[in-house]
Amino acid sequence: MNGMATTTPAVSAHAAGRPAENKPKRRWGAMIAGIVILCVMLFPLYWMVNTALQPESGLLEVDPVPHSLDFSGFGDAFREQGGHLLTSLGVALGAVVICLLFSAPAAYGLAQFKLRGTKTVVFGTLITQMVPGIVIANALYSAYVDLGLVNSYAGLMLADASLGIPFAIVLMRSFMVAIPREVIEAAEVDGAGRFRTFVQVVLPMSRNSLITAGLFSFLYAWSDFMFALTLNTTDDVKPITLGIYQYIGAHVGDWGSVMSAAVLSAIPAAVLLVLSQKYIAAGITGGSVK
Amino acid sequence: MSSTAASASTAPTPAAPAPEAVPAAKSPKPGSLKRRRTLAQWGFIAPAVVFMLLFFGYPLVRNIVMSFQHYTPSTFFTGEAPFNGLDNWKNVFQDDLFGKALWQTILFTIGSLIGQFGIGLALAVFFNRRFPLNGVLRSLILLPWLVPMVVSGVVWRRILDQDTGVLNSFLGLFGAGDTPWLSSTGMALISVIMVNIWIGIPFNMVILYGGLQEVPKEMYEAASLDGASGWRTFRSITLPLLKPVITVVLVLGFMSTVKILDLVLALTDGGPADSTQTLGTLTYQNSFAQLDFGAGAVVGNILILISAVFAVFYLRANRNEGK
Repeated sequence: MNGMATTTPAVSAHAAGRPAENKPKRRWGAMIAGIVILCVMLFPLYWMVNTALQPESGLLEVDPVPHSLDFSGFGDAFREQGGHLLTSLGVALGAVVICLLFSAPAAYGLAQFKLRGTKTVVFGTLITQMVPGIVIANALYSAYVDLGLVNSYAGLMLADASLGIPFAIVLMRSFMVAIPREVIEAAEVDGAGRFRTFVQVVLPMSRNSLITAGLFSFLYAWSDFMFALTLNTTDDVKPITLGIYQYIGAHVGDWGSVMSAAVLSAIPAAVLLVLSQKYIAAGITGGSVK
Repeated sequence: MSSTAASASTAPTPAAPAPEAVPAAKSPKPGSLKRRRTLAQWGFIAPAVVFMLLFFGYPLVRNIVMSFQHYTPSTFFTGEAPFNGLDNWKNVFQDDLFGKALWQTILFTIGSLIGQFGIGLALAVFFNRRFPLNGVLRSLILLPWLVPMVVSGVVWRRILDQDTGVLNSFLGLFGAGDTPWLSSTGMALISVIMVNIWIGIPFNMVILYGGLQEVPKEMYEAASLDGASGWRTFRSITLPLLKPVITVVLVLGFMSTVKILDLVLALTDGGPADSTQTLGTLTYQNSFAQLDFGAGAVVGNILILISAVFAVFYLRANRNEGK
């Protein structure tokens, strides 16, 4: 895996910085234990890939390793689920844009403006993270029927954006609080309007938290199943999560193709993790603890 | 909080009001300047507030109203949903399935939390030592948490298959490979809990690991000078200092577990014989399978009520933590 190559130097340099502390023997022992733990934890994902490469085994037992690489399952998955992957991609990207458009200015406002009522808004933002999604779907469905948003890309994008917005506000706000007031005042003294200051000074400074928030709202939207399931009554807008769920209902014997589709749907998570692990770790801790 | 202090320190910028700002008062009277600034500042926050009101506030209110309305499949054509008082509530409470789902939700939530937290904490402590590849292994272990939950459910459904799943073929090596993991009423809930523990471990681990990083190294050095054992150090130093993080992790874990839907639907669809039905799936079943949105709203409201109790814990923990 390539991700290992990119991060190993940093880690070993880090460990080498404290040479005398641990006995080398124990450190290697811990590393082996760590690898074993990782293998156990990731076994189901290995099995997903393994099953995907043995489409002929159908309802039989799957061999521990594929004898020969058979990509026909992927062919079937692409043919039948490729469109749903594109739908997922489009909906998730749309949700990210909506999420950042709403949450970035709000995070800035809540972090830097001393307005009466902002505390209530922050409190409300925290509360929204507790509302069960199925409750939202329950009420949203009838509203969507009235508004003609059922079975529409826009409707699903908006609903999926709601998964990320509270998180993004909390995360970016905790970052933007740390921007020194002097920096913002200096920009405003230079004649920049409040909005230009936000776009040209605050946003570039908050780049990392924007990336983290965007990354997570993408993952939330990509993983969404509940809104896809409840806010669509036809096959017009079907993301990959819904596609896979209906697949197991309809083709129980065709595990090779189901798993191929599963692999394809897991790829964004794997790619994002390898490319941006520091943002992911920051997002998990920052969005919840801060 | 005091808005006067804030505006005094901000340079006046009357030239370029924020484009999304609410149109400010037109009169250029000096007194209105402050109001205009306040309005312009709210312009940053207002869109998100409106969004959250529409997508969180409205559903909360609407669910309460719906729980007193009679919905039938024809409601969505006729638009008529007459109020029926407490009928939905009575029906839901009299249905044995509700009690069953409530009990199974409790078992599912407690079982998942104990497993996720216990293993997550153990792994956090483990990864808190220095060894080669630590950072790489730690980030790769996140993968189960990042993969869509439905996908994890589908994969585990294959692994847990009674006749051809790999878990039973593995256990078969030890002569015990015939467990009906998902197909028996006795095992299905346990299996779903197991899978959810697997999904939740990375999240628990990462947050607890972050908490462990904050524990001052000097305290451990002092403890080891005093000759304290590893377990003693863990109990007397690590755990107390980790307490705020533990609260947050448990409450967030509770929130995401109690409302679970994706995983159960992908693994068992609530079956066999409703043995994995939870409040989340019951809400879904009532509303979107039976098309009785009133009954769905009742179960949803109970779910909210349970969450609200724990939200109070979360907010208290959060207040002590952040800022």
